[in-house]
Amino acid sequence: MSTGQIGFGTAAARLMARDLRIALRRSGDSLLPLGFFLVVTTLFPLALDPELSLLRDIAPAALWVGALLSSLLALDLLFRDDGQDGTLEQLALCGQPFAGLLLAKTAVHWLLTGLPLVLVAPLAAIALGAPYGAMPGILAALLLGTVALSLIGAVGAGLTMSLKRNGSLLALLVLPLAVPVLIFGARATALAIAGEPLSAPLYLLGAMVVLAATLVPWALAAAVRIGLE
Amino acid sequence: MAWVWFHRFGSPPHFYRLATRLCPWFGWSALLLCVAGLIGGLGFAPADYQQGDGFRIIYVHAPAAWLSLMVYVVMASSAAVGLIWRMTVAHAVAASCAAIGASFTAVALLTGMLWGRPMWGTYWEWDPRLTSELLLLFLYLGYMGLRNAIDDLGRADRASALLAIVGVVNVPIIHYSVTWWNSLHQAPSVMKFGRPTMPASMLLPLLAMLAGFTCYFVTLLLIRARAEVLRRERSAHWIATALAPPAGSGTGTGTDQSAGSAGGVPA
Amino acid sequence: MMKFFAMGGYAVYVWPSYALTAVAVILNVLWARSALRTARREALRRLAGARPAATVPYEVRT
Repeated sequence: MSTGQIGFGTAAARLMARDLRIALRRSGDSLLPLGFFLVVTTLFPLALDPELSLLRDIAPAALWVGALLSSLLALDLLFRDDGQDGTLEQLALCGQPFAGLLLAKTAVHWLLTGLPLVLVAPLAAIALGAPYGAMPGILAALLLGTVALSLIGAVGAGLTMSLKRNGSLLALLVLPLAVPVLIFGARATALAIAGEPLSAPLYLLGAMVVLAATLVPWALAAAVRIGLE
Repeated sequence: MAWVWFHRFGSPPHFYRLATRLCPWFGWSALLLCVAGLIGGLGFAPADYQQGDGFRIIYVHAPAAWLSLMVYVVMASSAAVGLIWRMTVAHAVAASCAAIGASFTAVALLTGMLWGRPMWGTYWEWDPRLTSELLLLFLYLGYMGLRNAIDDLGRADRASALLAIVGVVNVPIIHYSVTWWNSLHQAPSVMKFGRPTMPASMLLPLLAMLAGFTCYFVTLLLIRARAEVLRRERSAHWIATALAPPAGSGTGTGTDQSAGSAGGVPA
Repeated sequence: MMKFFAMGGYAVYVWPSYALTAVAVILNVLWARSALRTARREALRRLAGARPAATVPYEVRT
């Protein structure tokens, strides 16, 4: 990518295409968080009495804890390889808006790890006893929630980029910031399962996504720059 | 004109000297205010209509909670100043805040639990204020963990500064959570706009304790910040004159009097 | 006097709260002072190691 000779849109598109190509070549990396999500949500019925009415009560919790944990697991993929081989430095120096490029990388990361989770979630939800009518609500909540989690987690990943594999520190940093998403997402899912209108938590989730999308690029660029020093 | 003051304050030797001079003042103020508050709160304030003498926990719980929030704001603000103006003194101040804030957040949570048990019947409730206060503790621990994990001091300063700024959004959530949501926790009776709803005999000792704990925090900050500033200065000349006891001068080793126990239990 | 200690029956909640706060207050003071002592020691050691002459007080242009 040469400096300033192509527009930001083209640069971002090329970056996203590159990331997608690399990730699809090593598809195992992206499927791992998905598998983790399915395993975690399966653990709940196994650990509890697998009676569907009881499972239905904990289904929101199981789905969201699974989503949160698997997104934490997936964050490793975001900056580690590119940070190590110098790509991130090149991106920082190439003259394109660094925050925008990092936002593009986070978008691809969500496409690879968050979106599959959203698509697979109905299966897990049915396994946990959720009624079919709840699916649109569950999908909407998880769609918004995984986007917010990817954005928030990206900041944590940027801050811990240069450290040795320290997953527990990343969790400690990300979880307090992710808790509001968890609370409202689980609330929305619970309302969906109960068949009640869930516009209130959904609007709040949407507001969180907008807030994150506005503030995260700045924080992310600053964090990665610090990590690259 | 104000900018000159601001940048002089950011000069490490000036800050060190100022901190050494101011420390005893804040220390003794803290001691006096807390003793006065304790005498007023434990001795003179009447028992509460509903809670009896149990309400007196407020005289330690409220200052600890106030400290937990205020210290985070100080930490985040000085972190921001350090990032924007690249001021080592500001980073030193931010680093000093973390341990103090974390310990008093824990005190606030634990004294809150001890207060909640007789009054609400439960040690814990997952209501907005308690939950966000617990999250504040995790934010402090994450900040300290991140600092610890990064070896280079300058980079640790900058990364943890960013984290502190990102987490500051939690502070208004904690403070306003009791008004935004129907919460088990008591509605704000002191720090709200308009006149507080406590009688003066209960309120004045509380204000004294709040002021006393604030002075206590400043005292601790002035001690720790000096240590942090020393860590960040390589082999600067000023350290030699500041630390070695020079002839005829009041500053130097041995004059950092700080308050002793400022919140002890009266016999 | 005993009435004061009994705190209207809430003593088991009130006094441990005060004790806990006092412990936190005292520990923080001790910890802060120890940090300053260590930092001073380290700084002096760095100075002595780097430039032995620097530990002699002399006029500093600030």
